[in-house]
Amino acid sequence: MRRRNKGTEPTIRVSKFASVNAVVVEGVSKKFEIPHEVSHTLKERALHPFRRTRKDILQALRDVSFTVEKGEFFGVVGRNGSGKSTLLKLMAGIYRSDAGTIGIAGRLSTFIELGVGFNPDLAAEDNIVLNGVMLGLSPREARRRADSVIGFAGLDEFTDLKLKNYSSGMLVRLAFSVMVQVDADVLLIDEVLAVGDAAFQQKCFDEFNRIRDQGRTVLLVTHAMSAVERFCDRAMLLERGRVVDIGEPNRIANEYLDVNFRQERSAERQPEKEPDRFGDQRAEIVEAWFEDEHGMRTSQLHTGRRCAFAARVHFNEPIDDPLFGFVLQNSQKTTVLQASTLDQGRMTGSYGPGDEIEFRISFDNVFAPDRYFATPAVARGGGMIAWIDRRERFASVVVTGTRDTDAVVDIPFQIAIDREGVRA
Amino acid sequence: MSTVEMPAEMRIVQGPSALGDDPRRFVALTRTLTLTDFKLKFYGSALGYLWQLVRPLLLFGILLFVFTNFIKFGKVPHYEVLLLLAIVLYSFVAEGVSNAVDSVVAREPLVRKVQFPRLVIPATVVATAFLNLLLNLVAVFVFAAIRDVQPQWQWFELPLILLLMVMLASGAAMLVSCLFVRYRDVKPITDVLLQALFYGTPIFYPVERIEPTLRHLLVMLNPFAAIIQAAKHAFVPSAMTAAEAAGGTVNLLVPLAIILGLFVLGFYVFNKEAPRIAEEL
Repeated sequence: MRRRNKGTEPTIRVSKFASVNAVVVEGVSKKFEIPHEVSHTLKERALHPFRRTRKDILQALRDVSFTVEKGEFFGVVGRNGSGKSTLLKLMAGIYRSDAGTIGIAGRLSTFIELGVGFNPDLAAEDNIVLNGVMLGLSPREARRRADSVIGFAGLDEFTDLKLKNYSSGMLVRLAFSVMVQVDADVLLIDEVLAVGDAAFQQKCFDEFNRIRDQGRTVLLVTHAMSAVERFCDRAMLLERGRVVDIGEPNRIANEYLDVNFRQERSAERQPEKEPDRFGDQRAEIVEAWFEDEHGMRTSQLHTGRRCAFAARVHFNEPIDDPLFGFVLQNSQKTTVLQASTLDQGRMTGSYGPGDEIEFRISFDNVFAPDRYFATPAVARGGGMIAWIDRRERFASVVVTGTRDTDAVVDIPFQIAIDREGVRA
Repeated sequence: MSTVEMPAEMRIVQGPSALGDDPRRFVALTRTLTLTDFKLKFYGSALGYLWQLVRPLLLFGILLFVFTNFIKFGKVPHYEVLLLLAIVLYSFVAEGVSNAVDSVVAREPLVRKVQFPRLVIPATVVATAFLNLLLNLVAVFVFAAIRDVQPQWQWFELPLILLLMVMLASGAAMLVSCLFVRYRDVKPITDVLLQALFYGTPIFYPVERIEPTLRHLLVMLNPFAAIIQAAKHAFVPSAMTAAEAAGGTVNLLVPLAIILGLFVLGFYVFNKEAPRIAEEL
């Protein structure tokens, strides 16, 4: 997998296009009116001429301001309903803003959906022209580019095939090729990368990089934090129509994960008051946290590094040889790690009332990016384990990483390919 | 609010509009979409264009049979040629307007996802109908030649008549296409009005048969009646002129004003609705 070298490339680029703004968004607001009783017919209007339809006002964007420099790869992230797609549509001129100004330098192309206006009954070439014209090319330009579009999509053998006979993968490739062949100075892209296989996605990003290296500007709206971290120069986090933060993609991605999971967790936990606490509390787990490789407390851990989970325990009564341990679960409640002093087969000593200890479990963070919840526990050892104190999902941590993986863990690996007989 | 320097080459995004800011793009889009629609319509049928003719021809056959066997208007020179001409012209208006009604709603994916001049949509519908009309007129001329209609200098009036008819259809198309987004009963209303237009226009009956006062009123209030009569006269000079039918040339200013008025009204309403169409779909 090719990765952009973040160390050197941007510096060259920035000096080349020293802070020329390609996009200026200034104080933009947008609200939608959602009528409660939609009167769709004249008859309804005639029967109830004075009935005022109650309307819900949905404030999709509030006073959003930001600038994007020429040649920048700018990410816009936010949860569903945060207003990011509305922002894109305002910039594209599909909606009209209620307040504020949007300025765009140069030709703009928007890709809210791949292959808008594709007709299944037409051959690829006709569709390229159609799509190209929709996106702002003149018919002649669009026709001229048809060959290179088909070439880029790798569909030379299927030029005359009607689109309805294309596989979905071929369709995506064709649509993407049309998109990149439109010479826009500013590209607005909404989630189009959710489609296509990994290889194609990589090709897309390579292409975005090429476009960006030509001094063109890309705005990408996405949920894929790995994409934001890998490709964006800067990113913006939207939440309920407001700009939460603009800055380093890494930081924004973490904030996004934080916002996202905080919401989830508060929804899960708020109703009852800690129902998930077990044991007789003869000793209490007072506090629990995660530490990074330097032993600093943190709420974010980078995958692939050493880290630790720690908890502070306060003893109310004398206890001999208690067990300390914890269970780590991801957001899907899959247990990814269980560790306790029981596994070490070690005596932990005797404690009296008022004693406080910290136990620390360090491990290699091989987990995939997600939010993880830790359940620490103190238990009586012996034949049967009995909880002294166990606090379900008491601490949490966000693991960040740059590799996009569907796996639960992200273990470092090497791949070797040997032809038969080479080794012998 | 912080002030951000707006470079000179910055274009301020205005939001969607009816015409857009580049007339060339408007024309290119309308042309491409029209040709695509046209191509698709004839795609996959062996007889292609002939099917386009079948509907007006079928109506023509029925009316011709009824009005030459059951009901007779007496001696009308070239009745059958004028009937076909009128049916073909009516078909254009009916096709253009009724297809325009749900055109904007039907193109929802485009409207919501691409920035383009919104007026392109009804313009494409009318342009497609116009292409069909041109092909159908070829059939009318062939039929006229078979029935020994002599070529006339007045045939050159036809382009002007067609232009007025396109304006009439466009005005109505703009109006109904954007009203339909808000009021779904525009469709049945349009259907009824088009049906009324068929009977309220001298298509299968000669205008000469109507009692003068009523005739003057009809031609003045129904601009399409004036257009049809003008076309009939241009084709076969023995037919009454539109001015005669309206009871004087000055009276023709009324249908002309209605055509212009409808066009302006249609454009005004569409232009006003254009920025919000994407939100209301």
